[in-house]
This record gives sequence, structure tokens and C-alpha cells, in this order.
Amino acid sequence: MPAAGTDILIINDFSIQVATVNGSGSQTANLVLLRSIFQMGIPVSGKNLFPSNIAGLPTWYTIRANKDGYVARKKEIDLLVAMNAETAREDVLALGPGAAVVYDEPLKLDQLRQDLVFYPVPFDRIVAEVCKDAKLRRLVKNMIYDGVLSQLLNIDLAQMEHALRRQMGKKLKAIELNLAALEAGKKFAAEHLVKQDPYVVEPMDKTQGQILMEGNAAGALGCMMAGVTVVAWYPITPSSSLPETLIQYMKKYRMDKTSGKATFAIVQAEDEIAAVGMVLGAGWAGARAMTSTSGPGISLMGEFTGLSYYAEVPGVVFDIQRVGPSTGLPTRTAQGDILTVAMLSHGDTKQIMLLPATVEECYTTAMDAFDLAERFQTLIFVLSDLDLGMNTWMSNPFEYPTKPLDRGKLLDQDALQRMGEFGRYKDIDGDGITFRTIPGDGMPAYFTRGSGHNERGQYSERPDDYVNNVQRLARKFETARQYVPPPVIDQAPGARVGIIAYGTTHFAVEESRSHLANDAGLPTSYLRLRAYPFTDDLPAFIERHDRLYVVEQNRDGQMLSLMRMELDPSLTSKLRSVRHFNGLPIDARSVTDEILTQEKQAGLQGARSHAVPVGPAV
Amino acid sequence: MSITTPEPGKKINRIGLEVQPYRGGKTTLCAGCGHNAISERIIDAFFEMGVDPKRVIKLSGIGCSSKSPAYFLGGAHGFNSVHGRMPSVATGAMLANKQLVAIGVSGDGDTGAIGIGQFVHLMRRNVPVIYIIEDNGCYGLTKGQFSPTADLGSVLKNGVVNDLPPIDTCSLAIELGASFVARSFSGDKKQLLSILKAALSHRGTCMIDVISPCVTFNDHEGSTKSYAYVKDHEEPVGDISFVPFFEDISIDYEPGTATEVRMHDGSRLFLKKVAADYDPTDKSTALKLIRDSGLRGEFATGMLYIEPAKHDFTTLLNLVDEPLATLPLERVRPGRDVLDAIMESLK
Repeated sequence: MPAAGTDILIINDFSIQVATVNGSGSQTANLVLLRSIFQMGIPVSGKNLFPSNIAGLPTWYTIRANKDGYVARKKEIDLLVAMNAETAREDVLALGPGAAVVYDEPLKLDQLRQDLVFYPVPFDRIVAEVCKDAKLRRLVKNMIYDGVLSQLLNIDLAQMEHALRRQMGKKLKAIELNLAALEAGKKFAAEHLVKQDPYVVEPMDKTQGQILMEGNAAGALGCMMAGVTVVAWYPITPSSSLPETLIQYMKKYRMDKTSGKATFAIVQAEDEIAAVGMVLGAGWAGARAMTSTSGPGISLMGEFTGLSYYAEVPGVVFDIQRVGPSTGLPTRTAQGDILTVAMLSHGDTKQIMLLPATVEECYTTAMDAFDLAERFQTLIFVLSDLDLGMNTWMSNPFEYPTKPLDRGKLLDQDALQRMGEFGRYKDIDGDGITFRTIPGDGMPAYFTRGSGHNERGQYSERPDDYVNNVQRLARKFETARQYVPPPVIDQAPGARVGIIAYGTTHFAVEESRSHLANDAGLPTSYLRLRAYPFTDDLPAFIERHDRLYVVEQNRDGQMLSLMRMELDPSLTSKLRSVRHFNGLPIDARSVTDEILTQEKQAGLQGARSHAVPVGPAV
Repeated sequence: MSITTPEPGKKINRIGLEVQPYRGGKTTLCAGCGHNAISERIIDAFFEMGVDPKRVIKLSGIGCSSKSPAYFLGGAHGFNSVHGRMPSVATGAMLANKQLVAIGVSGDGDTGAIGIGQFVHLMRRNVPVIYIIEDNGCYGLTKGQFSPTADLGSVLKNGVVNDLPPIDTCSLAIELGASFVARSFSGDKKQLLSILKAALSHRGTCMIDVISPCVTFNDHEGSTKSYAYVKDHEEPVGDISFVPFFEDISIDYEPGTATEVRMHDGSRLFLKKVAADYDPTDKSTALKLIRDSGLRGEFATGMLYIEPAKHDFTTLLNLVDEPLATLPLERVRPGRDVLDAIMESLK
């Protein structure tokens, strides 16, 4: 007997996992499924868990629908669509009791478990009936499970058709074939399957006016709106779709109307070293320049990053983080580059990092990054991750930027007068930021070098010149605290416990906070970091709470380590660590369980505040 | 900078500048270093061609050679970047502002070893840069190790014999797509000056390998990059006469003895042939010439290969005429309608 009967319905609150073979064309069916639920007004997210492979290896697509708007990965799978013979057994055995399984009939999965709901579907037989051309069957077979789910979950078939048509554009023959498969799937389910699971979709109005977008596309759009002119990049998962989307946007919207020529240069470089080298060259010559990469590329960019820091050359680097090392788990998500990037390069370096959490922030942060790069004359790192960059998220539509571009301190006559003689590295404002000139601007030239230089930019190995320069760079970093996006704080009245997180961890934290408050009676305040260096909001927030959980997606609590380096021990002793690092996006249940475990220990230890962070939540 | 009337007798060039802004800081290289002679020729070429230093960027990697941009064109912006990576910095700068004139100085280690990857792709893209290799076959700043252009069998001062064949940077550049490839010798003032002036008239990558003996580590008996060895084994492929676009001089050669090349800016290059079948606009003959002279133990100098009409990288990318770096906001930020349309497509 299935654990759940149809007498209790669970409406608009479930997760679907579709297990297929990579390269089998399931992406269309999955996006149609996601979009049709979205069109019915229910908050959704779609996550692709895919292997480092072109075709043949297993891949999973997870859709979460949640009436309350929680769209982090759900740890439990409520409905499995098992299309991949290779993983079907393991996938079924991993399910929780009461879950439902739509499966390819010959796999005979119903013999594996007694506590699940099974829906066998003869996919090959159905597809053979609707698709006469045997070569095309593989491509439309997946659409049949959409049809089956339409029937089982009560998803409006018209919404699926709408989603399909927008997905396929003008490919009429393909639309016709896929529609036939969709209808055949629904018809089969209606005639042969008896609904036994509790999950259903009912129309809502929570997605009105919203968009569906991937973070990398949003970042690309932000770069275009920021007026980027030089882009150099090297292909790497999960970053490539950012520059690739940018190329599409720029070719469409940034060709000069009168001359028909490009107002931008985009170069696929020979490697990441060359990519960031081009960014530095372009930034030095006055352009808004960027690159996008992932962890391994960041490592290769290390030397140039140091040059950028010391020689003070602007540029923007997107790091779409993934699991390390170079080969590592290249198609799995992580927040593992925090410490590497914060300290990137040799010598005394500190880098400015921006930490978007949502697709909308990918868009706005891109624009902030270019302004900050020119203001601070250094590389600005935007740390996204695979989950944000490559997965599909709901968002409010983006707002058109109204702020003018901040081109930073470019030498003009006024500054020159105040300075007397031009000194490239002379700090006349006391904020650590000096005036630069760009080649061709007719202003005094200077010689740019990473090696020792004095205020006038002349070669110098004098101890006092070196110390003055690196002290000023430290002062500049202090100034940045006033310019970077401040954290977003939600102070819960009377809460003694605080949570600190950043990036995509946000979604699991938001949901976990509702678990903690509603199910465990533990109200929490929340600070979401949006940049490094930290602003004064962080120590003030820590001050206001007894215990704080820093939640992040890496093994060693990298952001927590940065806080330990910067903040007073009386504050950092209050910090505990919650970590998730198995390559899957973090989920709320893991966060909640780990916080409650640690809270219990804190309770046993009484008021002692020297608790060492305990184990990770995996 | 204000233009002052020059003192009587002081030479000024065609844009009214004295030689001063073309000079640089005092060299810190060894006395007699070939690189200093190359800096002198660069000063002469830019001065005589009347290139405004304020439009020039000079870039380098790391090494003795890469220090030299500090010793010429003090009025130009300079960028001493990282080892072997100057090509990418130069590429970025030229994309940002294609109206600039870029001169990059590298060495044989900076190019042939750590920087070979970026060198390859600079040539392949035909980025408008004058790329000079100050080639002495050894690492000077780290005290005399062999570099990848050292000849097979060449001997270091301490007796170490080079047992790997050299990379011929000129052959490589021709193969890869550079549109202006020359080799010269730091001691050959006239030839080097003509080549540099011609390079200033060319739009595309100008790869100039200049043999430039290292007086401290590689100028002894047994070295194939010493002054004495180079003087004995240099084989000029022919006289070069360069007539800049702003001079109206006619040069008469007997028919069939010279090739006339019309440059991007209207200047003319007359290349007198030593061998009747040598055609500097033909890749195969250029590569054969380099190879044949190499097999004889000699090295060919002069204008080895030129392709004046080849599109440079900024043309290939179809860039607007103005520098990208200074395009106003309204030309780089699409309008509200564009954002609205994109948002609508995602709903």
C-alpha cells in the first residue's frame, strides 16, 4: 500500500526529478514542464544536474514548485520520472516513502519497493504510434512524460502547448510532432493510470509579470547595460554561457546604427591568462573590459591579478564557481573560491568581491562591478556559481539603469592644478585613490609597472616608497567599504540567533528560517553579504546576537575564515559554521537540521560562547 | 604640452616636435648592449616619421629587453607587464583604442619560451602592433641561461653547450599569419631604421626579430649570437629603400631588380633583390629563404615577408571608427525599449 493516498491532496508543493541520458534531448521537455507550471502562477525553479559529458552519461533535471515561493533545491524527491535504465534502480532506492515514480515500463521498477506509487508507461510503444519516422522518435519520446504529468498533476495541457510553441519558435513540423507526443502521453495516462499520489497543481497568481532567466544571461545583460566594450574569454563550464549570451545580445543590440559597425570587441582568447591580459590592456587604455571564468581560470589569472592590484588597472572578472580542482566535478556547484579570490595573487593583495544571490543581482552587480572597477582602478570579482549561473530562476523584471557611468578618477585640469606636477600614484584626496590618464587622452603620460614605483610612477626600490604605496593600497581597500553593496539585513524582533550567508545559499536559508521559526520556535535574524570587503553592518549585526551561523557551500567555511581574519575575536567567537559541499545546491532541510543540532549542543554547554564550529551539513 | 618655437639649429620633425619627447630615461642596461642601439633606432624612426608620442603606447613583458621601453619615447604611455604576456595586453589596448600606435618589445625568452603561446596568437590575429624581439639567445637578467632561440651547438660562457634546435621566430610568424616579418641586426643602423619606418606605415602585426648581442653573457667565442659571429654570418636579402608617404622622392631601379610595395598609409617600400626569384610577398619563398640560409649556417636579414593589404584584427572585428574606450554612454547602453523587449521575451 502506498503511504500516501489520494484523499489528502498536496497542492503546489512538490519536487519532480527527471532522470534521463545526457544528450537525449530531454531539455525541451523539461523546460516545457517548468514553464507550464510557472505560467499557471506557481513559483518554480529548475535545476539541471548534469555530468561532464556531451552524450551518454546520466543527467537529472529537478523542478521545484512551491506555493510559498521557496525555490531552493528540495532534498526529498516527490515525483521521479525514470527514463534512464542505468540509474533507475539507484534513483528509485533513494526515494523517500510515498514518492511517485513514472517509469519506462520495461524497466520493471515496481518490483523494487512496496512503499512507493508506480506509474508504468510504455514509452516506446506510444512514441511509435505518434512518430512514424524511427529516427525522430528519440527526440520526441521525452515529450510523452510531459503529457503523462499533465494528466497526473493536473497541469493545463494548453499551458504546455503554449510553452512548447514559445520554446520551438517557428519549427512547425517539430511542434506538430511534439504536440502529438504530449497528447498521446496525456491520453495514455487518462486511460491507464489511476492517480495514487497526493501531488497536484492548481492555478495561482504568484508569478504574474515575472520572468524566468539564468544568472549567466542576467549577468551578460548587466554587462551590456554597463557599457562594456572589450570582452575576452576562454570557454569553461559553468561560465561559458555568460559570454556566449553576451555575444548574442551585443550582436543584436550594440551594432552602431549609422555605420553598422560594432561598438564592442569580443575575443575568444587562447587561454584565461590571455583573456585577463586583454582585459588589463583594454582597461588600462580606458575601456570597460571584462572576462568570465570559473575556478581553474581564476588560478591562471593569478599573476595578472597581482599586476592589476599593484599597477592599478581596472577590469571585471566573473567567477562562476564550481567544485574543484581543474577537472574536479566541473558541472557541480560550490562556493569554493572565496578565499582564493579574496587573496588572489602573490604579495600583499586583497581583492574586491561582489556576491550576487539572484538573477536580478547578477544584472545589477554587473553594472556595479564596472563602476567599482573604474572607481578603484583594480579588478573587481563577481562571484556567482553554477547553480545561479546555469539554472533557471524566477525574478521580477529588471529595471532600466538610471545612474550615469562612474568612470572614476581620470585626470583633468582641476586635479592637475591641485596636484602641481602629475603623479600617477599621488593621493591628493586622502582616500587612497589616485588619478590616472589613458593613452591618447592628451594628458601627461606615465609608465605602468608592477615593480616598485614611487608616487610619480617612477621606478623605485626604496623601502619608504614601497611601504607608502602598499599602505595607500590598503587605504584604498578601506575606502571600498563605503562603495560596495551593503548586506541585506532582516532583523527578527527578539532573536538571539543570527544567520549569515551569501550567494545562492540565500534560498535555502530563507526557507530554513521559516522552518526554524515555525517548526522549532527559533526566530533568527539574517544578514546576507553582498560584498567583500565587509561593511560595518557585519560587526554590528554580530554584536546584536548571541550565536551566529555562517552558512556556505564549501568544506572549510571560507567566508567564516575571512571574518576571523578581519574582525575582533570577541565577535568571531560567536560564529559557527554550517557547510554544504556535495556538489548539489544547498537545501533548506540540511541547514535547519545542522543549526538545530548545534543549538542543542549550545544549550547543553550553557552560556559558554567558545563553541568550536562542529561538523558540516552534507 | 605647449608647442614652443625651437631654438635655431634644433631639428624638428614634420609635426613640429623636437627629438626630446622621443627620448626616454637613461638606460640601465650594460654598456654596449645591442638593445640600446635598438632603442636609438626606435627614437629615430618615430621622430623621422613624425608619429606623435601621445598617440603611442609602448609595451613589454619581462627581461632586459622589456626594460627598454623606459628608454625611448618618454612622452608615450608605457606598460611593463608580466613575463611572456605582453601580446595579450597589447591586444586589449588596441581593441580599446585602435587609433593608437603600439610598439611592443620582447626578448627571445619572453617570446620563445614563456610567451610562445601568446606570441602565436598575436601573429595569428594580425593585431596592429610592432612586435620587436631583442634577440640575444640568452636570459640576461637571470644571468645567462640559454633561451629557445639559441642555436644548436652554441656554447655558454661557462662551457654549457646548447643541445636543442632553435625556434625561428620569423618562420613561425610567417606561418602563423603575421603580415610584416623582418629580421635585422642591432649593429645594422640603416637596415633597422628602414624596417622600423616601414613598420610604422603598416597596419597589422609587424614582427621584427633583431639579433642583439648580449655583451655580458653571450658575446664570446663559440656563441652564435656574438657581435663577431653575427657580422660574419648576416646575409641581407637586399637593400631596403623606404619612401614615406609625406616625401615625394622617386627611386629608379632597373626593371626586375626590385620589388615595390605600397604600404597602408601610402608610403612605398623598394626592396632590391639579391636573388632574382625572391619575392617578399610570397610566403613559400620567404620560408625557403630563411630555411636555406639557415642550412648554410647564415641568417637572412631584411624584409622577409610582407602582405600589405591583409586585414588587421580591428578590421576583422568590424569595430567602429572611434576608440571603443571613449564612446559616450548613449552609444554603449541600449535604450529602455531594448530592456523591455528582452524582459517581455522572458515572461
